[in-house]
Amino acid sequence: MRTILGRWQTWAGFALAAVVLFGVAPVVLSDFRLSLLGKFLCFAIVAVGIGLAWGRGGMLVLGQGVFFGLGGYMMGMHLKIADAQIRGDDVPDFMQIAGVRELPAYWQPFASPAFTLLAIVLVPTAIAAALGFGVFKRRVKGAYFAILSQALAAALAILLVGQTSIGGSNGLNRFRTFFGFTLTDPANRRMLYFIAAGVLLIVVAVVRQLMGSRYGELLVAVRDGEERVRFLGYDPANIKVVAYTVAALFASIAGALFAPIVGFIAPSQVGILPSIAFLIGVAIGGRTTLLGPVLGAIGVAWAQTLFSERFPSEWTYAQGLLFIVVVGFFPAGLAGLGVLLKRRRRATAEPQSEKTPEPDSGAEKVGARS
Amino acid sequence: MTVEASTAGKEPVEGGNAGMGTQYLEVRGLTVDFDGFKAVSDVDLTLFQGDLRFLIGPNGAGKTTVIDAITGLVSATGSVNKSGVELLGKKVHQIARRGVGRTFQTASVFEQLTVLQNLDIAAGADRSVWTLLRRRKGVLPAIEQAMHTIGLTHLADKPAGALAHGQKQWLEIGMLLVQNADVLLLDEPVAGMSTEEREETGNLLRRIGAERTVVVVEHDMDFMRAFATSVTVLARGRVIAEGSVAEVQANPKVQEVYLGTAAAGADGIEFAEENF
Repeated sequence: MRTILGRWQTWAGFALAAVVLFGVAPVVLSDFRLSLLGKFLCFAIVAVGIGLAWGRGGMLVLGQGVFFGLGGYMMGMHLKIADAQIRGDDVPDFMQIAGVRELPAYWQPFASPAFTLLAIVLVPTAIAAALGFGVFKRRVKGAYFAILSQALAAALAILLVGQTSIGGSNGLNRFRTFFGFTLTDPANRRMLYFIAAGVLLIVVAVVRQLMGSRYGELLVAVRDGEERVRFLGYDPANIKVVAYTVAALFASIAGALFAPIVGFIAPSQVGILPSIAFLIGVAIGGRTTLLGPVLGAIGVAWAQTLFSERFPSEWTYAQGLLFIVVVGFFPAGLAGLGVLLKRRRRATAEPQSEKTPEPDSGAEKVGARS
Repeated sequence: MTVEASTAGKEPVEGGNAGMGTQYLEVRGLTVDFDGFKAVSDVDLTLFQGDLRFLIGPNGAGKTTVIDAITGLVSATGSVNKSGVELLGKKVHQIARRGVGRTFQTASVFEQLTVLQNLDIAAGADRSVWTLLRRRKGVLPAIEQAMHTIGLTHLADKPAGALAHGQKQWLEIGMLLVQNADVLLLDEPVAGMSTEEREETGNLLRRIGAERTVVVVEHDMDFMRAFATSVTVLARGRVIAEGSVAEVQANPKVQEVYLGTAAAGADGIEFAEENF
């Protein structure tokens, strides 16, 4: 009975989200705001992956900008080549200005849309898997892993700034078409938003399945007692690599959508600051829950645009403060706060009904839904 | 927890109860060297299926280090042979898959997960990717049985963190059972338990020890006398005595280790236990 109801709730939740994203938002929001929401949805896709790797897997991924950037740049390269081909040029506009007459070798495969899409999926997955095996098999974890992943983000950003053949510090921008659709047309921009919304729903569904599966339980066990899991006959490295790779894949897809939606991809989206910014929303929303990271990421990004228009510098401080307060005092984030409030309300409503409080199946009892 | 007769109708006895073709764990010349300090030197142990062996000794005797070496946590020289398979040099998780399970001095269950989830994870080291990616449905018969054996069936959906101290230790033992370990290395399983809990734990060990090899590191001499079928005494990293409880108690070397003098009476251990 409860499982049937539970399944209904899940479907109802997804249906509601679909109605809001596909029905309400396009009607209520202006084209500009809708495209802004599309950008937030990209951040939310990254956040879902971080929720899995950090919230459930205990891996503090401070370098998701790397995979976001990889996806974004690969998509950007394809878009630039496609634009140039439409104009009848051999090379994208910024290369012409720089006097480059021939497409660099590493650009050429990205002329193919199929190759580009495949690479957006496979390259970050392969890199994350290789990196994960190298790091986790050597039992690098905790702060060392966080520092390592952050150093990687810094390194990639610095590398990109130095490469004029990929736009240097300006990155890739002024995309005109997206797989043949003109980006100046509002209808096509709306289509991009719909793609992002659809991808977000798929990504949430995938992570929901992972969290509810035996793998999800195992991941929580690895987070809470990596050594103990080893003595049960598992190699924790393999379990962690999967979550890390999935998070990397999501970040890459989000980056690939970000580039056409926002209109640029640059080293400023790859380095340390954006990588930390990805985490803030996840932490505030509630890193161990499924929807906490999504709502947190959208909420923080939305607040950022709202407040930074008026108080640009104050917002940065407020954001930092919020991060510290949440991580320090509400590790379960707003989702955990919700559970706490619900419990308190129940406690006041029925003062002494139960002597031993039933542990909630909410955010605090992480992943312990049966 | 209900006390019931062993399913096999057997009791653990010294030297094992399975006769020929038995499973065994043979430790030869086990030496653990921590940068020049020999925590364990040249330890020999032969354990047969159906033996409930207690490993005792003063603090710092190397009891836990022996278990750490057998399970691959610390590197050691010598040989640890489980029914024909050499374990030394293998990784921790590989040794666990060969059927060697252990518990720790401080209960280390997954506190955020329920009793059932803890057991389900312990039972699943050889699951396929496909099984892992799907939701857990129902309760495996082996887990059902283990929950019954450790007496936690009614707490299946409780988070392990909410269990009492004794129940956590039982859950750990249950995890070893569903893990299909036939060599169980228990590090002070009754530390911090009440008298009743000790009694129940001892009976539990008797029941599960009939079909497995159980090694218990213990400080509690009463507990040892009540439940051990054989005893090995370690001191300063070496085996100084081995045999039945009576033999070990009568051994002057053991009395010396526990009292600092060979002249103590026959009930030297009895006296010494008050120091623990």
